[in-house]
Amino acid sequence: MEELVQKLKEEIITALNLSEMKPENIDEKAPLFVDGLGLDSIDALELTVLLEKKYGLKINTAEEGKKVLYSVNSMAEFIRENNKG
Amino acid sequence: MKKNSVISGYCSIRNNKVVVDDKLLFECPSENFGGFAAAIYRHFSISYPKFHKMDNLGKLGFLSAELLLKERNINERYSGEKTGIILMNSASSLDTDRRHQETIKNRNEYFPSPAVFVYTLPNVVIGEICIRHKFFGEGNFFVMEKFNPSFMADYLSQLIDNNIVECCIAGWVEIDGDNFESVLFLVEKNRGTETGIVNFEAATIELIYNSK
Repeated sequence: MEELVQKLKEEIITALNLSEMKPENIDEKAPLFVDGLGLDSIDALELTVLLEKKYGLKINTAEEGKKVLYSVNSMAEFIRENNKG
Repeated sequence: MKKNSVISGYCSIRNNKVVVDDKLLFECPSENFGGFAAAIYRHFSISYPKFHKMDNLGKLGFLSAELLLKERNINERYSGEKTGIILMNSASSLDTDRRHQETIKNRNEYFPSPAVFVYTLPNVVIGEICIRHKFFGEGNFFVMEKFNPSFMADYLSQLIDNNIVECCIAGWVEIDGDNFESVLFLVEKNRGTETGIVNFEAATIELIYNSK
């Protein structure tokens, strides 16, 4: 799980062009949106594409999206539970 | 055209050089626009995380406006509603359109990137500059074969003479691959004739644009 979290952080930095950010600067428990990294709605779409492209996972509803994209940990948990990564 | 507006400054970014009001402020040999834009960002200690998410047209326009407006305090002299931005280029958003096409050309690898797609219109650069500087006035992006000083002067004069704007960023922001060129002017209404301020007219715009 720790390895997956680290990998996810790197993928998020690349996908969202967070070039001033390093994986160790991202708190895996902190909210990704508003607080935390301060991501926006386009970033949410980009993370959704990331999950589909890299892990073959789809987020089916907005409600599910809110839970899955809450933090790096929740994304990792979603990947682990669906076991396709 | 009423002769009551002036060009109070300009910024050009081209040929790997940044020139503001005839002064060469930065020069950096770079193989591509991305490297050059990053070097400008670092050199001028700009801090705006969203910059890194912009497409290349957005970055070029953003940096040009940033350096043009530095220390001019236009937000103190003009309301956001009376500050506009009029830009033109010939390549529209083709640079980003091609990047978007790359993400959708293969049916088996069909993953369009939302962050790329949102920049597939040239006027998005105007939005980026307006968000940064809190401009709420007229915004327009024209696509023309080449820079057209007469059109720019006529259009802007209409806006100023009809009191639609009192201050305006205007100019050319072009990028296609690693070919890029930006020349932005700051046009102000009823500004005094201080050193370095010239009348706003097509011939002056053309002269500055051609002073490579």
